[in-house]
Amino acid sequence: MIFVTVGSQMPFDRLIRTVDDWAGRRQTPRLFAQIAGGDYVPRHMQWQRFISPAEYRRRIFESELIIAHAGMGTVLTALEFGRPLLVMPRRGGFGETRNDHQVATAARLAEAGYASVAMNEDELIGQLASFDQVAASSAIASHASVQLLSAVRDFISGDAQPSRDSGVQSHPFPAVGEELAHAKAA
Amino acid sequence: MATIASSNQRTRTARTGRLRVLAIASGGGHWVQLLRLRPALAEHDVTYVSVDKCYRSDISPAKFRVVNDATRRNKIGLVLLAIRVAWILARVRPDTIVTTGAAPGYFAVRLGKLFGMKTIWIDSIANVERLSLSGRQVEPYADLWLTQWSHLAGVGGPRYAGAML
Repeated sequence: MIFVTVGSQMPFDRLIRTVDDWAGRRQTPRLFAQIAGGDYVPRHMQWQRFISPAEYRRRIFESELIIAHAGMGTVLTALEFGRPLLVMPRRGGFGETRNDHQVATAARLAEAGYASVAMNEDELIGQLASFDQVAASSAIASHASVQLLSAVRDFISGDAQPSRDSGVQSHPFPAVGEELAHAKAA
Repeated sequence: MATIASSNQRTRTARTGRLRVLAIASGGGHWVQLLRLRPALAEHDVTYVSVDKCYRSDISPAKFRVVNDATRRNKIGLVLLAIRVAWILARVRPDTIVTTGAAPGYFAVRLGKLFGMKTIWIDSIANVERLSLSGRQVEPYADLWLTQWSHLAGVGGPRYAGAML
């Protein structure tokens, strides 16, 4: 099974149409596409507009290839399960997202060897033609880097703010909370 | 009565050494990145907040609250979101707020700072070439202000302390 996904935010018809055309020519592989609010409706793939987070994870887990936009939710989940990933970034100029940040993300992912990247439809067709050779990723950990976890953990537990030492009475918030509670009740 | 209850709660919290943490993010990649911080939060009393009730299953049995999502184009949505976030902060009274963006995290950090809570902003790993707009705007209110890209860190900018990958 190949899972094609554009994430939960915006449609990405350019990706869905290109993969659907390829699926129509190729016939063999089974594909499922999550297309969000796209105008283009696939003819050669099973599809749904949105799926639950649980089904989303299950589909990634069960797929032998993930074809996706360069959204980090999809990328991180696919990498957690060690699934091969082929991404095409959204372009700001086509109104597919606000700006070209996915282009930069995709370039970095390719550079670091996390994903195969197609910058446009032609490259996507090219990558799909040889999708058997799309490098299998090795699974990443299910958590952030140890360095980042330590930074967050230390900051939460640490004495970064002097007020932390004296604890109870230094918490200025209860008064505000009361005000809010009254405002809401009124 | 609320005051008594909350002061009891703080005492108990102090005794067990657990702190109250509010972990908040919008949907999609922001939420997936927040989930990857769970090991750093595990020893604390964490309340998760996001924009889709389905996400509850990702963190169950931890506490979970839902807010609306909003973008800059939806001013009414932003106001509503700010009110909901303020309400949640008032109820949960976290010691520390940690967020991976976007709009819900922005309001949580801004309001949390106002209320004297410690605040952590971790800009999304998707922002490779420059910090997100909310990430830039939140700077004065974030006690720990992080980018996940070392080349974006530096003097006058956010700190780099590792990434989600």
